Parts: sequence; structure tokens; C-alpha cells
Amino acid sequence: MAIAFSVNGKPVSVEADADTPLLWALRDDLGLTGTKFGCGIAACGACSVHVDGAVTRSCSVPLSDVAGKSVTTIEGLKSADGVLHTVQQAWIDAQVPQCGYCQSGQIMAAVALIEQVGSPSDAQIDEAMTNICRCGTYPRIRTAILAATGQAAAQTGEA
Amino acid sequence: MADNPNPDLDYPETAAPAAKPKRKGVKRRIFLAGSALVVGGGIFGVWWTDSNAKGRANTLIGGEGKHAFNSVMTIAEDDTVTLFSPHIDFGQGSHTALGQMLADELDAAWDGVKIEQAPADMAFANAALAKGFLPTMVGDTVAGLIPDAVIGMMARSMPLMITGGSSAVRFTGEVAMRRTGAAVRAALMAEAADRLGVPESELTTADSKVTHAKSGRSLRYGELAAGAATRSLSSDPVLKTRDQWKLIGKPVPRRDIPAKVDGSAVYGIDFTLPDMRVATIAAAPVRGGKLESVDEAPALAVKGVEKVVKLPDAVIVVAKGYWPATKGLAALSPKFTDGGHSAMSTPAIYAAQEKLRKAGGEPDNMGGDGDVDAAFAAAGVKLVEAEYRVPFLHHAMMEPFALTGHFKDGTLHLWGGLQDPLSTRAKAAKAAGLEVDNVVFHPMIMGGGFGRRFPDLVEIIDQIAVLAKQVPYPVKLVWSREEELRHGTYRPQSSAGLKASLKDGKITGWRTDYVQSGSAEGEVPFIYAIPATSRRHFAYQSNQIDGPWRSVNATQMGFYTESFMDELAAAAGEDPYQFRRKHLAPGSRHLAALDMVAKRSGWGTPLPEGVGRGIAIVESFDTIVAEVVEASVKDDGSPKVLKAWAVVDCGTTVNPLNAEAQIAGGLIMGLSSAIGEQVTLDKGAVVESNFSDYPILKLADAPPVVDVHFIESGAKTGGIGEPGLPPASPALANALSAATGKRIRNLPLLTQAKA
Repeated sequence: MAIAFSVNGKPVSVEADADTPLLWALRDDLGLTGTKFGCGIAACGACSVHVDGAVTRSCSVPLSDVAGKSVTTIEGLKSADGVLHTVQQAWIDAQVPQCGYCQSGQIMAAVALIEQVGSPSDAQIDEAMTNICRCGTYPRIRTAILAATGQAAAQTGEA
Repeated sequence: MADNPNPDLDYPETAAPAAKPKRKGVKRRIFLAGSALVVGGGIFGVWWTDSNAKGRANTLIGGEGKHAFNSVMTIAEDDTVTLFSPHIDFGQGSHTALGQMLADELDAAWDGVKIEQAPADMAFANAALAKGFLPTMVGDTVAGLIPDAVIGMMARSMPLMITGGSSAVRFTGEVAMRRTGAAVRAALMAEAADRLGVPESELTTADSKVTHAKSGRSLRYGELAAGAATRSLSSDPVLKTRDQWKLIGKPVPRRDIPAKVDGSAVYGIDFTLPDMRVATIAAAPVRGGKLESVDEAPALAVKGVEKVVKLPDAVIVVAKGYWPATKGLAALSPKFTDGGHSAMSTPAIYAAQEKLRKAGGEPDNMGGDGDVDAAFAAAGVKLVEAEYRVPFLHHAMMEPFALTGHFKDGTLHLWGGLQDPLSTRAKAAKAAGLEVDNVVFHPMIMGGGFGRRFPDLVEIIDQIAVLAKQVPYPVKLVWSREEELRHGTYRPQSSAGLKASLKDGKITGWRTDYVQSGSAEGEVPFIYAIPATSRRHFAYQSNQIDGPWRSVNATQMGFYTESFMDELAAAAGEDPYQFRRKHLAPGSRHLAALDMVAKRSGWGTPLPEGVGRGIAIVESFDTIVAEVVEASVKDDGSPKVLKAWAVVDCGTTVNPLNAEAQIAGGLIMGLSSAIGEQVTLDKGAVVESNFSDYPILKLADAPPVVDVHFIESGAKTGGIGEPGLPPASPALANALSAATGKRIRNLPLLTQAKA
């Protein structure tokens, strides 16, 4: 069956079973591979996207739940003229990624957090940023979120 | 036991066949994962000469106005310098560091330097790596006698193109990049001197130009490249001194990062081709088991499923996409044998290891100096003993295994990310029954690796090679997380008994008896100055494949040694930092690192109630790292890490911005493994299934700040990707012991907290 929704502001229609997770429609049907597969059980957050503005782990959301809704992926964060989102730029400035595989999901989670609370506190960052990073980039993720919201980052090593 | 892959083993009761004790252990163990690197193993066979290899490399990367040098780099007529890295990027950032080293010696304009992946071709076999590892294998004296051309031949014959052993900067960078940069700069100057008709001594280089200040003339590298490329390059050029560096040692932003924040970076799992199918796989739950039977019909009834392929130990479902493949696989009820391993379990392994260690048999490998038995028997000594256990660990690279294959016109093309492109080709060729020349591997970036992607131990290479030959279309084989977790090549489950004698507050004798599959001798140095030391390795092999896991044997050996140092300090009634100081050589780099981490962490200053500090120092991959962790225990008994410090002496820090991230990341991965990670076995099969029961540390439980400090000692350059990890688990265990008075000897900590 065809399921219609919008991705990054454009209407799309995907011919797939209703139980197909949004992740696989994005990756296999729509070619948007910036959203990653990590665990398939909503435990790691590598597949995080926004559905109607709310951060969502797309590996565990069936397409039927997305019909008619608005989905934003990492590819949709840039402005129309290609300027990076403040959070993406903060990620570059803080040199966050190592292997980079989880970072699309981390950035989507951070953008949702900032849209929700404005300038998050350390405690709010702790609570909201539950995506797994095996490389251990967490201190720089925190630094980047604070920097993106105009807050002084915690003191780090001098290097 | 019909399916037992190693019929000589009768476990879990007995160990691997005993080998004769070797004084210094097996040095080639340093090569991780048993890559086919064996000195004297027929490697001086029929291989290209160095000049043949260079010629071929130059054909592959040169042309179209680009001039190639040393299989390493090209200069284009528009001045662009392109470095072809034999190492793959899986997050460690060495591409940028290698670029800094080359460009600095070359005096190239940094903005005009591009870094690309070297093709998976024999011509790019990494001679620098062979040269770097060689002294560890055969000793400095012998290594010094082997000519570079022979080393190149060795690298091609191994074939050597690995990313691992924290080797990129310390070997490839120091040997290949800096020397090539300096030699090419010399050739460019010689070319410019001829063209301008002036002596070389009057020329200077900067920003990809050679300048003759006297006459105000200059020539761009792009103008000089064609002529310079015809000149012979010095194999021993003059390198810059530390005070002349402009890029080495500077916090240069990593080149790969922009594509990793906007979704445009293409990993192996993202690769796609027209008409490509996607497949997924279920292998025998028990390692060593075989596929007995499977009814294919339920999978074929799933919409989108096209084919079921049976392998000797696995079943694969091929479909139009990953989701229908997954549904198809879930619909199957394959029957697998247990390979005769039904008695294998985590407690059985520990019990067998303990029995072996205490049986009084000959060890398989030994190290150390002095008479430990005499030290233990001396009058007036206090003897201290402790036993430690650490579990199998999963690499948990965030990108699950995925390889795409397409067999067309007699050639197998493969796309994906592995730590050694050349042996990937060789392994795929063998599995597919093809000549190596009929396999083309296209290396791609990797979503983590941590030691899991050494081709020798990567079954998906064989699986995709066999699968691709059976289908007319391109096919991408993807492992689910469950498949990944349950069919790993784990950090070995290992256990140890440590014993030491104390007299007048000093250690007089030390023995470590440890049981695991491989030996750590020759790999993990023992850093303390103690009159008599002994390490004895007893080999035990379960049905699992033990692999290299970030920092390899330094993880568990560091945990054993550094936990026991704290126990000895306690037995001597001394502060753990001061006690370590007494056993490190005065003026040593180790002592300097230890002192610096104590200073930075405020060691000895008062802490709030319930908070403890722990210290540990481990040397691995030629880098010394001392760490301090401050931690407390949460209401539920789980540890809370409050802050961490690391002091690092890797000789020279090529890119401090990236090195800091590598050390902090390694420290956090070490904490994660110590706190909650374990792979356990029941009836021969892995119990854990996914991140739901294999917990990786999350942001809220990681230290908000990791203070990383580098000591620029100028000593031989060490690795940076792995050495941050080993001190973390003992530092945390020591901190918790200081906070609670309870010593933790078994990992992970969570199982202890709840026990």
C-alpha cells in the first residue's frame, strides 16, 4: 500500500507494508541514508528523526503511524540555501564526531531539545541526550549543545 | 563433538594443547588478530620489486596532470596535493594527522591538501607499517639490517594494509608521510634550482611554492611537479626539527567532520547500487554449530523476499529491502547443531580457567625477571594475593556489519569498511574460489571498528563472497545488531591470580598468573621497578573467537596490575599514588605522567562524603597514560563517575585537538566496559541480544568533563587511539574501593554492586 507523508518539507509516497519502520522507508525507499540503523529496538537513537517536531526513533515507528505527518531528517536541517543549522555548526566547531555514525541521531536529539527548552541545563541535557555513542564523544556533545545555545561550555582539558 | 572446529580441545574441563614455555612470548601477537604476518613464513616469495610497486601505484593515482610520488601522494598542476592514506578512517582521525605530517615536511599550503583513501591494491601495501612493527617482532638489531626494499616486499606479501595497533601516526606518519614530504620537497627544490639557474641553498619553500628571494622569482609546486616526479627521491631526507613545525602539533580541525554532521558521509551500510537487493542472516547461535535444516517456504511467502540461501552454518534471506529480509528471516525456524558445545557457559569457563591456573602445570608463555619464589620465601615478607575476573566484551561498533557484493563478468566487487583492504580481497577471493586479481574491494568509511573489522576474523566477507556469486544482481548483506552481538570476536574472558611480597613498604616480588586464549607477553609492558617479577600465561580456548578489542590485552592486564597495586598499597598502609611513586624509576616518563595527573586532579585534597578517587597508569602502544577518576555510588548501587583526568605521554602530539578526543573517548569506553558490559554464555550460545541487555554508557553517566593533558616529551611517537582506555577500569574500581571500602575484583562492576 502507498503511504503518504512529508519528508524535509516535500510530499512523498512510499509503497510498502504498513508495518515497515519509518527508518527503512527513509533509507531503502527514499535514499535518505543520513538516518542510521543501530539496533532496531529504539535503544541507541542512531535512527532519530523528528515527526511533527518530536524526536522519534524511526526504527520502531511503523509507516502507518507516520501517514500524513511531517518528518525531518538530518538532511533537512540545513536552510534552503544550504546554511548549516546552528547545532550542526556547533558540532563542527566543537569537533564532536569521531566515527560519526551516531551523530545524525545525536544532532536530531539536540535540535529537538533546544527547540523544546531553549537553553538546556546540564540536567536537561543528561535527561534528553540518551543516544549511544560508542566512541565516547559525550563531553564534546555537551560542549556543543551549550555553545549552540550561547552558554559557556564547562571547562575542558587545555588541549 | 562432530562439529567441534578444534577437535583437540576437550573443554571446558581442559585447556588448549600445552606449548613449550617461551621466555618472551610470541612477539608477532602484536599484530592483532593473527593477520597473516609471520616472519620467516615464506614471505620472501614471488612479489614485485619496490620499483614495480611504485610504478603501478603511480598509474593508479597519477595521470590527468597529476604527478605521483612514492605511492603516497600526487601534486596536480593547480598545486593541489593529494595524500593517499593506506589507513582507513573509522573515527580515529588519523587521515588529518597524516596530512599534517606530510604537508609540514613538504611545506604545502594546508588548504590545498586533500586526503583520500588509498586503493585496495597491492601497490599500496604499507611498508611503513612493516618497518614500524618489525623491531617488535625481530628486535631492533635485526630490523635495522633489513633494507627498505625488502620491507616493502614483506608488506606486499603479508599483505599489510591494516588500520590497527594505534599505528597510523607512529609508524605510517613518522616513516612514510614525513619522509615522503621531505624528499618531495627536496626534489621540487632541485627542479626549481635547475629551472632558475640558481643554487639550491638560495631557495626557500612555503605555501606550495619555491622562492628565490634574491631575484624575487618563485615557482609553484604545480609547475615543478612534472620535472620533480622524474627525479629520484631520497630515502633518507633531512626532516624538520620540532621548532620548524607549522602543522605538526597544531589543533587542526579534522577534514572528515563536516560530512558527518549533515548526513552526507556514506558508510558501508549506506552504499547502494541500481537493482541492488538487501539480505540479512542468522548464523548458528552456538559458535561452532552448523545448519541442519530449514524450511524456506515461510520466508518466501513474505512479500518482497526473493531468495533463501543456505550456508554450512547460517541461513540468508535476500529481499527487496532490509525490512522484508528481516521479516523473512524471522519467519524461518532453522535448526542448528550446537557443535558439541552445550556444556560451555560463563561459570564453566571461569571454573576451567581457575582449575588450569592452580593445577601447577607448565605455563604456555612466561615473562619477567628475577627469582620470585625466593622473594616470596624470604624472611619477614608480607604476602598478598588476589584473584580477578573479566568477561567477554562486544565491540559494539555503532554501524553493524554490512558489505555489498556484485559478481559480474568474472569479477567480484565488494564495498564496505574493514581494517585491512588487502587481506579483505584475499579472504573474499578464497571464499568465492577466485583469483585475488578478480576481486576488487572498494574501501569505505566505518561506523566504528575497535578491532572488530580485521578481515581474518570477519565472517561477513566469506558470506557476501559466496552469496554474491549465486545471484545476478548486486546484493548488500547486513547483520542485525543481534547477529552482531551474538557472533562477535570478543575481548577474551580472562582471569588471573596475582601474588606479591612486601617488605618495608616496598614490593620485593610480583607474580601474575593469567588464563586466556592468547599471551600478552611482548605486548603489554610491566612498568614497575621490582626486584623479581614473573608473568605466566596459561592458554585456555572456549568455543568463542577471541579477537583484538580496543587496546587488546592492555585492558585486562591493566585492570589486574593496577587493581593489585592499590591492594598492595592498602596492605602496606600507604597512599596509592605515593606507593606507585616508590616503584617507578626516578626521572622516568612514567613518574612524570603519574605526578602530573596527581597534581591536576588535586590528589590528596579532601572529598565529600561517599566520593572516592582512584589512580592508575598503563603503558600501551608506546604511549603512557595516567588517569584519575572521581566516583561515588548511586542509591541503586551503581557507580557514578563524577570527573576524570588523563595525562598522556605519546612523545609528540601531532594533533592535540583530535588526540584529546581519542583519549577521552577511550577513557569513556573503558568506563563503559567496566561498569556494565559483559557477554555471557549459556549452553554454548551468547545470552545477551542487543543494547537492552548489553548496556553502553550514556551521556548522563559519563563524566561531564575529561581533563586531558599531554606531556610533550619528544620520545618515540606513540599511538593515541587505544592507550586512553586501559587505565580507566582500574582507576574506577580503585575510586569505588576508596569510596566504599569494598574491593571489586570482578567486572563488570554492576554485577558486583547487585550481588
